[in-house]
Amino acid sequence: MNDMSRVERQVDANEIKLECRDCQVYYGDNHAIKDVNVDIEDKTVTAFIGPSGCGKSTFLRCLNRMNDTIDVARVEGSFKLDGEDIYDKRVDPVQLRAKVGMVFQKPNPFPKSIYDNVAYGPRIHGLARNKAELDEIVEKSLRRGAIWDEVKDRLDAPGTGLSGGQQQRLCIARAVATEPEVLLMDEPCSALDPIATAQVEELIDELRSRYSVVIVTHSMQQAARVSQKTAFFHLGNLVEFGETGQIFTNPEDPRTESYITGRIG
Amino acid sequence: MPILWLFLIVLAIAAGGYFLGRSRALQSAGGDSRSLHSLPSFYGANVFLKTIVPAFGLLILWLLVQPIYVNTQISGMIPETAIKEGSSRSLVLAEVRRAASGLDNAVEQGLITEDIAQNARADFTDMTQRLKDAGQVVTSNITQPILRAAQSYRVLNSTGRSAMTIAVLLAAVAGAAISLWQTNKVFRARNVVEQGVQVLLLAAASIAILTTVGIVLSLVFNTWEFFKLYPASDFFFGTTWSPSFSGRGGSSELGIIPLLWGTFYISLVALLVAVPIGLFAAIYLSEYASPRVRAFAKPLLEVLAGIPTIVYGLFALLTVGPLLLGVFGDEGLGWMKAGTAVVTAGLVMGIMLIPFVSSLSDDIINAVPQAMRDGSYGLGATQSETIRQVVLPAALPGIVGAILLAASRAIGETMIVVLGAGAAARLSLNPFEAMTTVTAKIVSQLTGDADFASPEALVAFALGMTLFILTLGLNVFALYIVRKYREQYE
Repeated sequence: MNDMSRVERQVDANEIKLECRDCQVYYGDNHAIKDVNVDIEDKTVTAFIGPSGCGKSTFLRCLNRMNDTIDVARVEGSFKLDGEDIYDKRVDPVQLRAKVGMVFQKPNPFPKSIYDNVAYGPRIHGLARNKAELDEIVEKSLRRGAIWDEVKDRLDAPGTGLSGGQQQRLCIARAVATEPEVLLMDEPCSALDPIATAQVEELIDELRSRYSVVIVTHSMQQAARVSQKTAFFHLGNLVEFGETGQIFTNPEDPRTESYITGRIG
Repeated sequence: MPILWLFLIVLAIAAGGYFLGRSRALQSAGGDSRSLHSLPSFYGANVFLKTIVPAFGLLILWLLVQPIYVNTQISGMIPETAIKEGSSRSLVLAEVRRAASGLDNAVEQGLITEDIAQNARADFTDMTQRLKDAGQVVTSNITQPILRAAQSYRVLNSTGRSAMTIAVLLAAVAGAAISLWQTNKVFRARNVVEQGVQVLLLAAASIAILTTVGIVLSLVFNTWEFFKLYPASDFFFGTTWSPSFSGRGGSSELGIIPLLWGTFYISLVALLVAVPIGLFAAIYLSEYASPRVRAFAKPLLEVLAGIPTIVYGLFALLTVGPLLLGVFGDEGLGWMKAGTAVVTAGLVMGIMLIPFVSSLSDDIINAVPQAMRDGSYGLGATQSETIRQVVLPAALPGIVGAILLAASRAIGETMIVVLGAGAAARLSLNPFEAMTTVTAKIVSQLTGDADFASPEALVAFALGMTLFILTLGLNVFALYIVRKYREQYE
């Protein structure tokens, strides 16, 4: 328990990055997310857990307005990134997504070279003034993605030719290349083997020193390993949200306990 | 007996066999269909198939072989002396056939008896006049050897026909009997029927392939004939196309290069029109259009593909040509002499190819995984950036394949060229001049009254062969690229 309380103190010191209040999501007539209140803290890994179809991925996609690309989805409530509502009319969702990056369940490298995959974001946002700066950004991002040593000799090779784990780390490197403030990860390890998963988890822990990370996962062990805060979703409701240690050792809600002990879900 | 009757009788035997086989199988199982190996209908179908397949197979084979056999027999009966100067054996044989069908008609109309038709001698009876009375077109007087040949032609054919009827019916009955004898409850009728259906499918596929082979062979043989009369090097490297229509040959210049140049130039103009418009339409439809607009616009665009090319040709001749002439002609810029020109045909052909390019590209763009787009949006790219930098590069191999397929259609297009591009074979860079293509020249070489054995007519086959190889190469290349692309995401 001593270990847990140390983590707690550290978390308490962080400020709130993204404040979500009374969030509702509808898919057509289907009420997918009901009255969710979550505070995502800076420099913290927040895990969303819950059974399939509970709305955790839907909620994650609200945080960078990816649901805008789905015609039937409707989002209500207030989402404040550094105190500014991200659903305000003045906010350009494209600009927002540069600040709130996303890594997807299946590795989805573009059919381009490894270099061009990472340089994609910096190029469209004009982050580099010249080739040398771009090279630097690419190298830095690939190092942060913990894949630099494996690909530094073949940056011109296609990104689709890498192994699954390498592809996912490439996608993480691609996401951090745009210097996001929040990184959203939608089940980033579900298509990976245990070794690649361990590498990605290690990477997530390192990313915590610079970014706020939100991860959706089906693996409760993974949530316990990598996160400081955990939110448990069930049937579109946020059942419980708190310190990861608290949720896994002493949950308040009986549904949470049932889920983490394997009785439901 | 007419073949239709034979056909129906065999079908009737087969249908009877179906019910017999079904009931025999049920009988062998004591009326309990559960103890049968297959469903009762499979036993029926087994008998049905084994009745019609050998019978119809024999029928088709007989119909193919009998005329060949009869012709050789008759041909042997005609002495060399009966073949006149300047005539040939095949012409005499044609006359024999005409005389035979004249005899048939005459007997049918009751002008002569069957006995006379079989035994009459041309030197005693005025057979020529009698056949003319029966409405038969007879070119010259029927001589004795020809009448003899015609008579035995009739006899051979009618015996052959009777023998065929008997053989086919025997085959049908034998097939039905054998399969009925096989039928009992342990017989694996389902497997046999399914195998039979498989063979049927295989036969359908091989007919398509064999036809292709046949087309290629007929092209190859005639091309070979042509190259015996005209040097291949002059054909492939000659820069002048001026066939003489005197029919004597020798003075014709048959170089393919001006025609190939016309083909490529017109196709190029067509692709310059079709590729950007088709591609942009595909991007709009697959990425920007709302489902309602898409459901409305896509079929509408594909209506263009259903318009017959001759209608496009009329459009080129009557609308686009005069329109262009008004702008670029003597009253406008003065570049264009007549409405029929490379631009006219190219423009209209481009319009024809738009749905081709857009429909194929649309499918290919839709096949780019959504994950690819999400990845790009997740990095803060706009929709336009996503399309330009992620979706199109991912779809590029498929789009190139679509363009190549469109190109091979443009190369093979005929009617628009005939009506829109003029008929002059010319090596020129000016798109406002009339030019012509390989396909259009094939039409004009074969529809003229040139002797079929002259190089002027046979050149059409060499042209066709060249065109076939070109479009075949393009199609294979396009399919290769499309297939390579497909492997990427599956």
